[in-house]
Amino acid sequence: MTAEQSSAIGREDPRPVAAAHTVSKRFGVTAALDEVSLEVRPGEIHALVGRNGAGKSTLVSLLTGLQSPDAGSITFGGADAPSPGDREGWRRRVACVYQRSTVIPALSIAENLFLNRQGRLISWGALRDRATELLRTWEVDVDVRLPAGELSVEQRQLVEIAGALSHGSRFIILDEPTAQLDAQAIDRLFTRMRSLREQGVTFLFISHHLSEVYEVCDTVTVMRDARHIVTAPVSELPKEDLVAAMTGDATGLITPSSGRPAPGAGSALRVTELGLPGHFTGVSFEVRPGEIVGLAGSGGSGKMAVAESIVGLRRAATGSVLIDGSAPRPGSVPAALRAGAGFVPQDRHREGLVPELSLAENVTMTVPERLGSYGFLSPRRRAALGTTAIQDLSIKASGPEQPVSALSGGNQQKVVMARALAGEPRALILMQPTAGVDVRAKETLIGTAEDAARAGAGVLIVSDDLDDLRPCDRVIVLFKGSIVAEHHSGWHDHDLIAAMEGISS
Amino acid sequence: MSTLAVRRIGGVPLARLRDLALVPAIVAIMIIGYLVNPVFLHWDNLVNVLQQQSEISLLVLAEALVLITGRMDLSLESTFGLAPGVAAWMVLTPGLANGLGWLPGGFSIPLTLAVGVVIGLVNGLLIVKFQLNGFVVTLGMLIVLRGLLTGITGGKTFFNLPDSFLYLGNAVWLGLPASIWICLVLYAAAGVATGYTRFGRSLYAIGGNPDAARAAGIRVDRVLWTVLVIASALAALGGLLLTGRLASVAAAQGNGAIFTVFAAAVIGGVSLNGGRGTIFGAFTGILLLYLIQNVLTLAGVPAQWIGALNGGIILVALILARITSGKAQD
Repeated sequence: MTAEQSSAIGREDPRPVAAAHTVSKRFGVTAALDEVSLEVRPGEIHALVGRNGAGKSTLVSLLTGLQSPDAGSITFGGADAPSPGDREGWRRRVACVYQRSTVIPALSIAENLFLNRQGRLISWGALRDRATELLRTWEVDVDVRLPAGELSVEQRQLVEIAGALSHGSRFIILDEPTAQLDAQAIDRLFTRMRSLREQGVTFLFISHHLSEVYEVCDTVTVMRDARHIVTAPVSELPKEDLVAAMTGDATGLITPSSGRPAPGAGSALRVTELGLPGHFTGVSFEVRPGEIVGLAGSGGSGKMAVAESIVGLRRAATGSVLIDGSAPRPGSVPAALRAGAGFVPQDRHREGLVPELSLAENVTMTVPERLGSYGFLSPRRRAALGTTAIQDLSIKASGPEQPVSALSGGNQQKVVMARALAGEPRALILMQPTAGVDVRAKETLIGTAEDAARAGAGVLIVSDDLDDLRPCDRVIVLFKGSIVAEHHSGWHDHDLIAAMEGISS
Repeated sequence: MSTLAVRRIGGVPLARLRDLALVPAIVAIMIIGYLVNPVFLHWDNLVNVLQQQSEISLLVLAEALVLITGRMDLSLESTFGLAPGVAAWMVLTPGLANGLGWLPGGFSIPLTLAVGVVIGLVNGLLIVKFQLNGFVVTLGMLIVLRGLLTGITGGKTFFNLPDSFLYLGNAVWLGLPASIWICLVLYAAAGVATGYTRFGRSLYAIGGNPDAARAAGIRVDRVLWTVLVIASALAALGGLLLTGRLASVAAAQGNGAIFTVFAAAVIGGVSLNGGRGTIFGAFTGILLLYLIQNVLTLAGVPAQWIGALNGGIILVALILARITSGKAQD
């Protein structure tokens, strides 16, 4: 096992390549990091895992110098980190390969590698030779003359790793590098990481797939709720303990309210063999009237793509969607709404709201036909519907005419929810319905979904937040685009997360 | 890692080919021009075309630099008129035309360039420092500067300009008009700068991905200021050349030129979204437009129809450029 070799290197130089010493970082009222410490030893592949919002990204931004800690310090090889403005100093010590491309697409690979380091008068031949030499050293086989925009994700990652190494850094952070790669490419990446480790390169590896942690990493650090939970050699931390560390003994704040009648007959929403290449395949399920069904899965599982295909934001390649018995034209939001769907889109800022318009206008945007006929809108009826929404969802607003941009995040999300309910939908699809809202607003939002179910709608909740899924009668789990499990209410967090991470329990 | 072999495009980098995309079109228009009227290929006629386009081609050069950096500057056409206008106003003695007579005639050239630099600084102040939208800022500047020129000329034309003012627009160096030399030298210099210097390449980096440029240690704001100032100075120089050739500054000098300038840059392969295009491409763009215009004149197309044909040619050229480059234009 290669872990022995790495620990051998570790004995030669016991100082950590990079370390965070009880760092804290707050954004407004939320603590993104609460006295977190992390030590990355030379020559190891160190996994950093934790659920969404655990604080991984914030820790990475501190380690790469993009943000400064409020308290605590960062050190590299035992020495203090460079000052925040010294980008070159940071680049010599640490590099991060992000999920999102950071290359300049129109410029050649060679130029991207040596951006702002080309020298006063550029000799393109020499620059190409240097770039080719660099990529050959790290065994990356691409033509450096090509525009960087033509690189595949896999190639782009390798080029960015090589570029990082050329700055002198021997510590590289990989932020979910496998999220967009297929299985073969992941294997090649792991082979590459192991061979770079032999050459003295240290990695901090962020992944949502625990199986990958066991495959390639030496040490694992678990974060949860902005805190450091455990750091241990991978070989000494069984999967069950790892999952337990990630979930904690989280007791949900939301308890399923009792007294919901059994689901009715028929189907509010029926999805048959739905498929979209690159996202999901063969997804079939049914939501009955009055039933709440959860759809869970990790980041790349395709759960959002399934939900967006149902409401027409995406167009599935195969399969069919039946909403309240009728089949809306695929890929058309108006058709899905007419068929009886109502939905909360994933990102309220991008798809959910028009911030400068009033609360009432946002709430009634999907139901112009209820505001008057022949294309005319009655402001009076609009205000009435807005007032109803304010009361039903206890939205804190000065009145229906207040622009939604003036509302808090939780109240904005309630407006989005009110809009989803404005058409009295037969099928209610909620995507991340409680993202970024406080506990009280969360309860109201989920309570509203339960009310809709009680009134006979079929509700589908798609969420990363386990608390959102607690009221569900069933939770369907997607992994890499396929349904892998279904849990009935009363499931344990551990089982659900194990299924989401692709570990059969 | 043989699995990582990359698809190659004919062995030659695609970007290179795109630079030369208009060369076949220019050759074709030369042949057509010769068939329409053999006079077209006469040395004198070609020199004439080059001189006519030399002034506006400096505007194209200026706009190309700004566009590559991912911004736009509409005010260049007004700078083109106002800069020599202010210089004329300062040096002319009161009499037939408006004039202050504050400075001797020898100051006219430095004065013109200084006005260009000041306008560039104001643009930079508003766009870079105050983070205002570049399109709207330079639209406002376009109107303000045009209005200033109308104000100082009193809506009329400055003439009786001192000799030093007219020198660059009239001089002949080594058998060619000085304005052609100036134009070619500046294009060559800009071509080398954008192709082979760190400063020049930073324009592409900023236009392509400002965040990545900043992360690479490029001083984005400073580069933007510099480019805006250089662009305005180039526009002022272009105006100076035209003033010299026509021996006057009309209140409408440069009016409407910005549309031709944008068309030439885009036809020449410069992206309106920044980060793409070359100085050489921009030059072929404006050259092609003027060659076509010359052919139309030689073919005896009535002057009233030239405008409509010009617009049509710009659209056809855009379509051709879209087909030859194979990529969506932005």
